[in-house]
Order: sequence, then C-alpha cells, then structure tokens
Amino acid sequence: MSNNLAADNPSRRSFLKTAALATGSALVVSFTLPQRAFGAGAATPTNGGTLSAFIRIAADGVVTLTLGKAEMGQGVHTGLAQLLADELEAPWAALKVEHSPALPAYAGPGFPMLMTGGSTSIATCFVPLRTAAAAAREMLVAEAASRWKVPASECTAVQGVVKHAASARQFTYGELAAAAGQRPVPAKPALKPRSEWRYIGHAMPRVDSAAKSRGETRYGLDVRRPGQRYAQLARPLRGGRLVDANVAAARAVPGVTDVFDIPQGIAVVATNTWAAKQGRAALQAKMVVEKDAGFSTVALAKQYSELAKQPGQVARAEGDLKKAAANATQRVEVDYAFPYLAHAPMEPLNCTAMVTPEGVQLWLGTQGQTFDQMVAAGVAGVRPDQVSIETCMLGGGFGRRASAVGDNVAPAVEIAKRLPGIPVQLVWTREDDLTDGFYRPQAHHHVVVQLGADGFPLSWQHTVVGQPLVKGTPLEGAMMNPKTGIEVTLTEGIENLPYAVPVMHLHVHQTTAKVPVQWWRSVGSTHTAFALECCIDECARAAKQDPVAYRLALLKDSPKEKRALEMVAAKAGWGTPLPKGHARGVAVASSFGSTVAQVAEVSLVDGQPRVHRVVAVMDCGTVVNPRLVEQQVQSAIAYGLSAALREEITFAADQVEQTNFHAYKPLRLHEMPVVEVHLVESTEAPTGVGEPATPPIGPAVANALRALTGEAVRQLPFNRRSWA
Amino acid sequence: MKLQVNGTTHEVDAPADMPLLWALRDLLNLTGTKFGCGMAQCGACTIHVDGAPVRSCVTPVSAAEGKAITTIEAIAASEVGQRIQAAWVAEDVPQCGYCQSGQIMSAVALLKEHPQPTDADIDTAMDGNLCRCGTYNRIRRAIHRAAGN
Repeated sequence: MSNNLAADNPSRRSFLKTAALATGSALVVSFTLPQRAFGAGAATPTNGGTLSAFIRIAADGVVTLTLGKAEMGQGVHTGLAQLLADELEAPWAALKVEHSPALPAYAGPGFPMLMTGGSTSIATCFVPLRTAAAAAREMLVAEAASRWKVPASECTAVQGVVKHAASARQFTYGELAAAAGQRPVPAKPALKPRSEWRYIGHAMPRVDSAAKSRGETRYGLDVRRPGQRYAQLARPLRGGRLVDANVAAARAVPGVTDVFDIPQGIAVVATNTWAAKQGRAALQAKMVVEKDAGFSTVALAKQYSELAKQPGQVARAEGDLKKAAANATQRVEVDYAFPYLAHAPMEPLNCTAMVTPEGVQLWLGTQGQTFDQMVAAGVAGVRPDQVSIETCMLGGGFGRRASAVGDNVAPAVEIAKRLPGIPVQLVWTREDDLTDGFYRPQAHHHVVVQLGADGFPLSWQHTVVGQPLVKGTPLEGAMMNPKTGIEVTLTEGIENLPYAVPVMHLHVHQTTAKVPVQWWRSVGSTHTAFALECCIDECARAAKQDPVAYRLALLKDSPKEKRALEMVAAKAGWGTPLPKGHARGVAVASSFGSTVAQVAEVSLVDGQPRVHRVVAVMDCGTVVNPRLVEQQVQSAIAYGLSAALREEITFAADQVEQTNFHAYKPLRLHEMPVVEVHLVESTEAPTGVGEPATPPIGPAVANALRALTGEAVRQLPFNRRSWA
Repeated sequence: MKLQVNGTTHEVDAPADMPLLWALRDLLNLTGTKFGCGMAQCGACTIHVDGAPVRSCVTPVSAAEGKAITTIEAIAASEVGQRIQAAWVAEDVPQCGYCQSGQIMSAVALLKEHPQPTDADIDTAMDGNLCRCGTYNRIRRAIHRAAGN
C-alpha cells in the first residue's frame, strides 16, 4: 500500500480544507468507512492475527489496538480503546494500545491526514472504529462457525471467546485470529445496541496510568538511539539575524561535535544535551533586527484598540443599528484586551531525526504526522511516503504540537541532513519554548450594546481585532469563510452567539504582526467567549437583572445553552448565601459542538482573585467515558484559569519578556479550585471534550470579580492590576 | 566520576558542572526523570539525593558524588513509593503524564516526612511541581489515599 498522499488524494486542496476544519473548530465531518483500514492492507507486519489496521490479536489472546490519534493526556487511547473493545467483545485486561505508524490506513476518519485536534477524535471515530471492530468480531465468529460447520447466527462472541451454545463448544480469539484475518471483511457489520455497551458510557480506567506512574512512558525527549547526538539551535527570532557568533568557542566545549549554519539559525551538535546547551551559550551570538525593529506588545495593544473603533471587514450585518440606537434607553460600551499566550506544554518541543539514503526517520510527539511528513520531505528532498514517523507519547499538546509548518521538524531534518545516518535530537529549552513559540494571538474586542426599556439588547455591535492563525500556510484558504474572507478563528463564538439579539453586526480587522501564531486549546473561543460572557453580564447589570435569569431570557432559541445554564445554577446553588468576601460568577459557551456552563466562586487573596470552587456542566452528547470527561473539564479549567489569572507573552524591543516559569506562571497546586463536574445525560452523537471547558472559566471568574469588587475586568490577565 | 544511582555505582564521564538531570538522562539512559525548565521552577526533574527531594536540573553532578541517588525507576523499591504509585493508578492521576515522575518523587518525600499530611502540608510540598494538564485535585486525593487519610 502506498501512502503517497497525492496518489491517494487527487485534490490536495480539498483534503487540506477538511483537515483545517478538523483542526480548528466548527467541524462537521460526515464520513464513510475507510475500506483501506481493513484487512490485508494493514500497516503492521502481519502475524496472522491482524483483523484490521486497528486490531491485532495474538495467539495468547493479547489484543493490540493501533491508533492513529495521538495521546497527549486527553485520554484518547482509553476512549478509542473503549469503542473498539466494546464492539470487538475483547476483555479489557487483554488490551494493549499503541500509536500507529504514519500510514494512510490511520488517517482521518473523514479526511486523509493523520491529525489529532479540534476536539474531534471521539466524535469522528465513534462510528468508524466501532464498525471496524464489529467487522473484526464477525470475522472471528465466521471463522469459528466455519470450523464447527454451523451457521454463524448460532455463534456468539463474548469477552474474547466465540461460543456455540448448542454444542457447548468454544474457541478463544487467539485460536481464531490468524485464520479469521484471512476472511473477507463484512460490508455492513452490525453494531451493538446501546443497551449492550459494556465499556462505552462507563468510567473505564485509563490505559496509560500505570506506565506513566512508573516513569516508563517514552516521550519524544526520551528517544535514545544508538549513536544519537543532541542539538540545540541558536535562533534569530522573528525576522532578525545572528551576528558575531563565536563558533570556535562553541567547538571548544567538550562534547560538542559539530557547529554549522542551517536556514533556521546556528546548530550546535553534541554527545549530550548539556554540552549542546553549553556550546550554544558559547556562541554568544547577537541578534540584529532590521525590519519592524523595536516591536512591542504595548504599542500593538494601542494600535489594536484604535483599530477596534474603526469599521472592519463585515462578518455579519443584520438589522438597523441606527434605529436600535434611537429606541435604546441604555448603552453598554466595553473593550476587552487579550495578550499573546504560550502553550507551554510540560515537555518542551523537540524532534529526533535521522536521514538515510532511503528517506527520513522521525521520532516525536506530534498532533499532525501528515504535515510533519510533508515538511520533512520538503527539507530532505524526498517523497512524504519516504518519511517514517514513530509517534511518541506527547508531554502535552494544547495545539502547540499541531503545526502546519513543522517548526520543530524542519530544523531537526536540516541538521540531520548534514549528519547522514546519525539520529539527532533537537531540544528546545524552556527558554526556546517560551520565546520562540507560536502563540495564541493578541486580540482586542470593542462592543456596543443598545438596551431597550425592558433591559434587553436591541442591537449588538461587535468588533474583533486580531491575527488570523493560518495566513501564509497551506491552510489559509481552508479556514476562511469564503463569503466574508474572514478566518473563522476570529469570529467563532461571536458570529453564532446563542443570545437573541434582533440587530447584530460583527466586524473584524485581520491584522498582520511578525509574531507567529497558532491554535491554543479552544482557539478563537479563548477570547470571543470572554468578551461575550463578560459583556452580557454588563448588560444584565445595566438592566438590574440577575445574570442567570437575564441570560435564560435571551436563550429562548438556544436549548442546549439554556439547559446547561439552568443545571449549573441549580447545582451551584446560585443565589444562596456565601461567606463574606466571596462572590459567584457565571458563564456559558459552546465550542466544538459541546456546551459548557460554569459557576466560579471567588474571593481576594493578597489583592488577587482566588477561585475556591467551580461547578461545571458539560453537554457533549453521548459520554464515552465519564471519568475522562471529568478529567478534561478539570484540565480545561486549570488551563483557562492559568491564562486568565496571570499568563501573558509580552514583547519589548523585539524580545519576549517571559523566558521561563518564573515569569510565565501556570497555576500551582494550592491555587487549584475544587471542581465539580456534572454531565448532561444525552443520547446525541458525541461532540468535543478536550477544549470546550476552557472558554467559560475566564469570564466566570471575571464576572465573580466584578460582583465582588464592583470593577469590570477589561484586560487580561487579571494580575495586570491589584484588586484589593 | 562515580555516581551511585538506584543502588548501583556508575562511572560517568561528565564535567563537574553538568546537572545531574543530563547525566541521568543522556549518560545513563534513565529517562524517567524529566526536563521541564532547567531552573528549578517546575519540579519535573525531581529525584532524591540521600532521601531528600532535589531538582536535578540545577544540581551539579559534583554535588551528588558519593551520595545515594534515587530516581523514579527505583522508587518502587520503597514501601512508601509503592503506596504512592498504587494510589496514582487508583486515582488515574496522570494525563499527559510528563510531570508525574517529579510529582511522585515529591509526594514520596512528603509521605516519608509526614506520614499523615494535611492539605496544608500537601500545598507546601507539592507547590514546586507544575502540571499543565491540571491533575492537581487528583494528586491531592492520591496522596491522601496513599497516607490512608
């Protein structure tokens, strides 16, 4: 089987488009079962027990599940294993789960790329993986039936065994697998009814907990190959160039083996990471910036603020603003300013690469193997199918490891190209990770709401200023609304606001800045939900109405949001007394097909907000694993709260000011609120889980802070000022 | 230079100022100890030296010479280590898992010092260990579970 993308996909443009939608948001994928994912075309060298690309059963009954989706902590290996094992009727204890090779059999589903992002894995795999497993189960049953010479309908597959009840005979899967793998793949295997699910919907334990608790899990940085070298890169950031590098001093560092230029900077290669780091430091290279010198985020914020008052590109224009203004009795006018944010996964970025006459071998944790193959192929001058990838466990992703431009892969392959046959691990220090990142864009919102005599909005006029994420990448056209020419990441969450407003105008300024940007857990909703949910609270306040009641009145056409909000208010005891000095705030937001409502309870500690308790309601359709969904809600709240409280990347005189965790300060254990998670019972198709709980936490806390102090939060992060 | 790691003495060819982290990871292939920040801000590299929790990314090999170094790979040799690891699995603590070696090393040191830690003890002992996945509430529960609280 070829994994030449061009051959598989005559229209590269269309596959990129699908992939882009999957990575961003607003994903609607209708998929057909990928036939190539079945049977003999499987990637893994067959031992005779290969029942599909995803399922291999050894003679001893061990069931190995090979998954194209990357495990970055979101629990996807456990959730997908539930889908497969349930339909396969495999005993949970017999399962082994592994990352797949980067082959087309593992792409998608629904688009021909290996890509993990956009909170799509469970949603998009829900039917195809169960179907693949059901087919495998039917093949096992067919094999047993044929050996017994009885109709397959008389045989049942239960927990790793096929039984013929009438004759009290049975075969284990291990005894059947090799021959069953040679059988034809059923065209329309029958899926279990919901009532027979034994894993789906249950709080199955994570398949990766034990290895991760023993320190045995291998991440990209843990790759150790014979003869491996370690590299660091002196980086000219954002259009600058390096001058006056002392190459001789770098070479003199014991352990340094090579120092050379690559297009991305100066590579220092050594026999260990420390020597590479010392060698890079010895270069003492200076950066010279010629174009747009003196860049600062303070100046950018001022420019954005001014721009937000000007008309931009029109994303939505419904109704007569002048008429609404004439009928209004109150006007709410607010601005919100958002900083650049780093993803800062605990495992700094890295890539290990080896170039041989046959092609390129990569070892890394990645959310986007197909892009990595394209990038590596371009650098090495080979075809993408000559790039093999061993996907390692990811020490966090959050969108950072889903680069369309392979900013880690490209320099690693450049270095490896100079040292053929030698595996080279290019290591980002934390300083590299924070200062040479691809960030959540700085943004500015300006909102004017005209309220009628009843206190409800007559018009909503909203302007967003920010950088598009994929401008200049192969995804540029794909993530743009073709009617407006505006990238969806600047409008999602606002354009489709759930509140009933008779007049709605949304303008967007798509800016250019020399700062690289990328999707960051929950993408556009990281800022759009904040602006919307804080502004609606301002409107409720102006109308002298309770924030929950006010929202509910405006959610008459948005049943999911309404239900989540009602449920969270009840669970949180909205309106009940709190200790002195505490206040509650609420927010609701939908993203990636799911709806999350949160109530945060906040007080002030040393002039800064301390969040004591968060009650969250998640509606993500059918819940595959309630324990994992709860983990993801907790995780998203911690991630979003970190950002809201004090994360920002600022530039002064072209330099990032936050170089390590002393200055870029994620939430620590003592600051983690109690989080109660409630799941909406649903039989709808599953929707996103990893990201949708991030957007509401910032505004929920800001609204609590507003209630507590009487002062609105207009700038992020909150620690830009004291609240005492 | 001789390093005594997990009960075995290793001869390593390292400059005196090389952080123990890189000697463990790159010279001895003990990759369970993680690199997160390089300046004792995140705790991912936590190991024990003579039983005390230490950030190996800022501890030069010369400072550990002749001392007993314990890493995540051998923490199950102690009864407390086994209890902590079992509690971590029972609570399904890890998500991406990258920080968890360091979390576990800090937690084991805490339980050895305070067999029945209070929440305040946990706050103090674990505050140097960052987790970007936000597993903190389960870390707290797992420590209480291991302590039999």
